[in-house]
Amino acid sequence: MEFTEDQLQRYSRHIILPEVGEKGQIKLLKAKVFIVGAGGLGSPVGYYLTAAGVGTIAIVDNDNVELSNLQRQIAHSTKTIGEPKVESAKNTFESLNPDVHVIPIKQRLTKHNILDLIRDYDIVVDCSDNYATRFLVNDACVMSKKPLVTGAIFKFEGQLTVVIPGDGPCYRCLFEEPPPHGVLPSPQGAGLLGFLPGVIGTLQAAEVLKLIIGTGEILKGELLIYNALKPSFRKVKIPKNPDCPICSDHPTITELVDYS
Amino acid sequence: MAVKVRIPTPLQKLTDGKDEVEGEPGTVISLINNLDKRFPGIGERISEGGKIRRFINIYLNDEDIRFLQNEGTEVKDDDEVSIVPAIAGG
Ligand SMILES: [Zn+2]
Repeated sequence: MEFTEDQLQRYSRHIILPEVGEKGQIKLLKAKVFIVGAGGLGSPVGYYLTAAGVGTIAIVDNDNVELSNLQRQIAHSTKTIGEPKVESAKNTFESLNPDVHVIPIKQRLTKHNILDLIRDYDIVVDCSDNYATRFLVNDACVMSKKPLVTGAIFKFEGQLTVVIPGDGPCYRCLFEEPPPHGVLPSPQGAGLLGFLPGVIGTLQAAEVLKLIIGTGEILKGELLIYNALKPSFRKVKIPKNPDCPICSDHPTITELVDYS
Repeated sequence: MAVKVRIPTPLQKLTDGKDEVEGEPGTVISLINNLDKRFPGIGERISEGGKIRRFINIYLNDEDIRFLQNEGTEVKDDDEVSIVPAIAGG
């Protein structure tokens, strides 16, 4: 493919980097990324992937924009309160970069629709806000062998890892199942420092871009933990669980589970 | 000297907001049971019937105890124990 004059200018800081170059930029423009959630994490993930020229971005979320979202969900604005989050995000992203095709999916992900929805995408990014979806997305990615970049936040702490099915551990190797209701405090009632999703979401975008371009090391087999108050970044190992219920060679989960 | 125990944000309500507390050497499960005496309620959040709950991991230094001796893993003075639960906000 040939770059237009505008594209050469828009992506010049990528193109002059030997680690990206024209080749890497073409990979970005051809890439298809699926983002789960158009909230705190989905906003910076979608924003930076759009700025980088990722050609096709699907974003799934069933909610509408509320005033209380705007403290952190930067894909939305005062003007889009009441609109579906995925439409609001599409407008924001496409006005940043018209090269990018944003596909808004106003639905709740379920065990019935997820495999079909992610089928045509190269990478899945989990920016969801509940345990049930996180386990569903992991299992669907393992089953369909899609790389998964998963990030989560709580108050002033964040977690991040990358799952490459068939090459290292999955999210269930780390946490085998979701907590029963009420055992851990729910993120909805807890409060959250507004910049926190910006830190974790931007790191998720970085992992996605490296996966597409094929450069650098990927954060797999490790969990990165950020604490904004310390402030500190720490990593702990995630060994592959030889008895993982989904990614081992003798899985006990053979069809998707709906925990919600 | 003592064991340094890192408390994750979702459990800090039980430790008066402290992100780090001191623990006693011994096995991981005895360390947690001892923590529960000082911070009532923390034990049942982390373990159930002597087993670490399946949505929480314990690291001795940077190693997952499931791949050491699990709840029976010995913890010594100066070791660092991290409690890492699944978090889900987005
Ligand atoms: Zn696994």
